[in-house]
Amino acid sequence: MENMLKIYNCGVNDFKNVPCLDILKFRQTIIEQVNSGLRIATLFAMPADKLVCVLADDTNGSLYLLSSKVSKSYPSLTPACPQAHLFEREIAEQFSIIPQGHPWLKPVRFPDSSLIGITDFFKVAGSEIHEVAVGPVHAGIIESGHFRFQCNGENVFHLEISLGYQHRGIEKAIRSGEQKRLIHYMETLAGDTTIGHSLAYSQVMESLSNCYVPARANIIRAIALELERLANHTGDLGALAGDVGYLPTSSFCGRIRGDFLNMTAVLCGNRFGRGLVSPGGVNYDIDNSNISDLKQRIKAAFKDVSNAVNLLWETPSVLDRFDDTGVLTQKDCIDLGVVGVPAKACGLERDARFNFASGAYQFSQIPISTWDTGDVFARAYIRWLEIQKSVNFIENELENLPDGQTLSNPSALAANKIAVSLVEGWRGEICHTAITGNNGQLLHYKIVDPSFHNWPAIAIALRNQQISDFPLCNKSFNLSYCGHDL
Amino acid sequence: MLKAFVARIKQGYRTYPFPKKKPSLPERFKGRPVISDSKCNDCKKCISICPTDAIIANGNKIELDMGRCIFCGKCEQVCQNKTIIFSREYSLAAGKREDLLLKSQEFKSAESLKADMLKIFGRSLKLRQVSAGGCNACEADTNVLSTLAYDLGRFGVQFVASPRHADGLFITGPVTTNMKLALKKTYDAVPSPKIVIAAGACAISGGIYSGHPEQTNGADNSVPVDLYIPGCPPNPYTILDGILRLLGVGS
Ligand code: SF4
Ligand code: SF4
Repeated sequence: MENMLKIYNCGVNDFKNVPCLDILKFRQTIIEQVNSGLRIATLFAMPADKLVCVLADDTNGSLYLLSSKVSKSYPSLTPACPQAHLFEREIAEQFSIIPQGHPWLKPVRFPDSSLIGITDFFKVAGSEIHEVAVGPVHAGIIESGHFRFQCNGENVFHLEISLGYQHRGIEKAIRSGEQKRLIHYMETLAGDTTIGHSLAYSQVMESLSNCYVPARANIIRAIALELERLANHTGDLGALAGDVGYLPTSSFCGRIRGDFLNMTAVLCGNRFGRGLVSPGGVNYDIDNSNISDLKQRIKAAFKDVSNAVNLLWETPSVLDRFDDTGVLTQKDCIDLGVVGVPAKACGLERDARFNFASGAYQFSQIPISTWDTGDVFARAYIRWLEIQKSVNFIENELENLPDGQTLSNPSALAANKIAVSLVEGWRGEICHTAITGNNGQLLHYKIVDPSFHNWPAIAIALRNQQISDFPLCNKSFNLSYCGHDL
Repeated sequence: MLKAFVARIKQGYRTYPFPKKKPSLPERFKGRPVISDSKCNDCKKCISICPTDAIIANGNKIELDMGRCIFCGKCEQVCQNKTIIFSREYSLAAGKREDLLLKSQEFKSAESLKADMLKIFGRSLKLRQVSAGGCNACEADTNVLSTLAYDLGRFGVQFVASPRHADGLFITGPVTTNMKLALKKTYDAVPSPKIVIAAGACAISGGIYSGHPEQTNGADNSVPVDLYIPGCPPNPYTILDGILRLLGVGS
């Protein structure tokens, strides 16, 4: 491990302490470490042609940092390490550094709009093959993206996903030194993950400014993060029921999801948690009447959601559609570096709340929920297991809320540092990395939404499935387009 | 099957009687800002703190553009004189872009469609939603209108799958350059006469992303807009109220 710098979640170190390896050594180290069980949490380029990689070890909560200087190109990692695939495409697109030998070097976000959606889509040939193109504008109220299927009758041989339609240039704006909008960018990287991303950002800023976060604030943050999980998981279970035409659960959950969002609004006035989390703590405290209000609401909502969701597991026609649909094998999951719900649904214990605990999770652990069938059922069932644990967690934390401040005042960022923060958002691991310059200014900021790891997994899960099962499979992942496109 | 019936009974009747009864919004909810110029001491702190340049000085008066505002409340916090206060009024929609510019006088809410349009759409309005960038929160709070809590269908309004089945577009997001063409094509596919609703700060002005070269500062730079619904995201009741005002229903 002498080639890497070890830190823990929310750790900070001098940027010059990150080993800067020869590019071949850098490449070889990543491949070897990934083969021995680590995974890529982030891999990015920064100005002056530097590559930086953060590897995560789920077994002991360590993060390993390494870097390298590159000139215009380097031998691609992807053939030996598939989970680098989208990261390397992004590096090529953002910094024109070419990973040579990359098998799938296509645009990620199409920064040149005149070329949006124009790429050499993979084609299967044959007299019985047909192509189905869907999007960017879809049939429901969902984000924009393009899906291209190669089908033989109903059977999908191959699915290619081409995104970038929601690209609004956030990372570039951050790098240009924009200050006033910074927290708002974080809150809207993926609007359904406002708490997750604003928390990851705040933790990075706190590490860089050596800022102490009051215990009460940490707990309010964790409650908000679990409410976000509850709302989204409940909504997803309802939508999955809707996709198999089981309307009772679909309509009940649609409403109950709103109940959870309204609990977040009790905290800060906004259903998505806008304005709640800030570097240093939280902007709103809760008083005793809020606490008893929340307790009562969570109890009622849990009763309703149990009633609604348990119908799914008792209805054979639902289980018939969920079982064995969209199977992702554990091996594919490991190779692709999948995180969050789909990883846990393959039996992988990947959950940053537990493995890389920070804030309130250091003191109140939430055991990782896993299932091992890797299908739509498993991804649905993980959500249900997590709902139960989140409710339990919130109820406990509301009982034991310590007194004290909720916001401390962060000082200026330290110069020439690197800090990494992981947060288990409802979709999975969120990773923010910040590097400061000589004056403590943000030299570089890199965001990884869990969707960035997981989009390729949908394409794999769809192979040899019926095309009519696409909406169901897609929903069982429910990835973010805007979180990917940034 | 029996269990589903029992569950149905347990879940009860949950549609909120809007617009007959006003919704109760959370205590910390930020609705329409109220400006009292007489209190302003011209310190301009609100102007410099606003992340989206929504506040403009006009002589010694300030004006707040709800089309740019993301309701972060920072201006309210920074003002010692309480010149800007966020009320809990959720009705924010306007028919004209300039009506979103709040001064210290009465706010002009959206009016209903003209009689001929109302005759066509008043009892049945089918909308095609287009997500043109943004963060998906506007979409999420639009989606909930079709759940049984709001039950949009009872007003004859429905989100449909194809622009060809639609009477109009419901646009969210700042219209990224990558979505501009798709938006235009979707607009063209809607048969005339048609209406366009822009929901959220992004779709009205580019919102948090205004000025970024990757987007185009809102929907009305691509298509004509008939209804603007401010917010980031607008509360579902704000959206519902806006649509109902357009249809001349109740509130
Ligand atoms: S609440 Fe609106 S006007 Fe006030 S600072 Fe925030 S964005 Fe600007
Ligand atoms: S207006 Fe706000 S909530 Fe709506 S899409 Fe834009 S950033 Fe998201």
